[in-house]
Amino acid sequence: MLSKRVIACLDVRDGRLAKSVRFVDTKDIGDPVEKARAYYRDGLDELVFYDITASSERRDILLDVVEAVAAEVFIPLSVGGGIASVAHATDLRLAGAEKINVNSAAVRRPALIAECAEAIGSQNVVLSMDIRRTEACPELPSGYEIVIDGGRQPMGIDALAWALEGERLGAGELVVNAIDADGTRAGYELTLTRLISEAVRIPVIASGGAGEPAHLYDVLTQGKADAALVASMVHYGDYTVSGLKQYLHRRGVKVRMRW
Amino acid sequence: MVVIVDYDAGNLMSVFRACREVGAAAEVSNDAQRVRAAERIIFPGVGAAGSAMRSLVRTGLNVALIDAFHAGTPILGICLGAQICLQRSEENDTETLGLVPGEVRRFQLTDPALKVPHMGWNAVRVVRPHPVLAGLEAGDECYFVHAYRPLPAAPDHVLAEATYEGPFCAALGHANLVATQFHPEKSGRVGLDLLARFLAWDGNA
Repeated sequence: MLSKRVIACLDVRDGRLAKSVRFVDTKDIGDPVEKARAYYRDGLDELVFYDITASSERRDILLDVVEAVAAEVFIPLSVGGGIASVAHATDLRLAGAEKINVNSAAVRRPALIAECAEAIGSQNVVLSMDIRRTEACPELPSGYEIVIDGGRQPMGIDALAWALEGERLGAGELVVNAIDADGTRAGYELTLTRLISEAVRIPVIASGGAGEPAHLYDVLTQGKADAALVASMVHYGDYTVSGLKQYLHRRGVKVRMRW
Repeated sequence: MVVIVDYDAGNLMSVFRACREVGAAAEVSNDAQRVRAAERIIFPGVGAAGSAMRSLVRTGLNVALIDAFHAGTPILGICLGAQICLQRSEENDTETLGLVPGEVRRFQLTDPALKVPHMGWNAVRVVRPHPVLAGLEAGDECYFVHAYRPLPAAPDHVLAEATYEGPFCAALGHANLVATQFHPEKSGRVGLDLLARFLAWDGNA
């Protein structure tokens, strides 16, 4: 059977690794290529680069980072952040990215999902959703709302409805990023992750809030996620990828243990 | 020269990079003559069987691959490339190269919790020893992304299996052809080792 995946997310700004707390106050925490190599050697299952570069003219730096990582890291690479066209997605694929994450641009123009699926295959299109908790109301029946532009812009779109629409349009995978939990290290949003995992037939990657190994266990079992995304936990050296996988393995979660 | 067959079926650069990592200079080519003359061939591919076969026929690469197979050139098929080595695919009801007897069918699963495509890391078990799979050990996992699976007609051609509800063929082989449903170029050290063994293989099973 398939193993649950541990995915590390590297937020990259101007070619350097940054870590955000609730999407603001980003700070430089190192060289993304070096981190990627270290995590790969330590048993990481998949790597995500998220470009948070503010100015669009510096976006080419990300291509260089992806290319450098693809030359020595032989697991699936996923890239996101500001992707709004098939042309941009194709450039990143040529640089070595396997999967393309679309987010804000797909909310503004949902056809982007179908266009990318047609061009690079559904299995390589990841719909990344930034989601915040809200009062349930007729427009937002799930009580969760889609926000865009790095968490700043609430869209009045129900998160569950958007997940289903994304699947219908051809997304091959979903990232459920709970922005209330992002960077807090207080645990994933289990209720939200489970709600979406149970509603769709494509894999769900839980994101936002991981602070200790038990949080991964919880979201991969109770939260029904197929993969858990980690960032701060491993970036600052508090935990290692192999240590997290050993912990999950000991608790009976099927993870890849040989690399 | 190692030739990676380019037939508009996905991004071949990851295979190229993996070859470079294990010390082989490979050439990406869509030229039937280059494929015929190659010392060894890697036949990758992602996408749909129908459009992939049309592209192979249009470029004459289908005949070049069949010729190279019969000439004894070591060939490694990967993912869609592996599937196209069989006779027929249920995907787009496509007649394929026929290097290995058998067909390709979509996963039909009863458990609604199991998703198709089968995507992610899964353990691969060798069921028939083969030089290219010689280093695979119990518990080694490889990276898969596919909705269809190969069903070789002869059990002897099934080299390795993985389990998704039931067992399915994860690697197949016949004479100088070996083919994996998983992606060695995305399967970390386990995949790179397999690639290195293919690049040193003389084509005798």
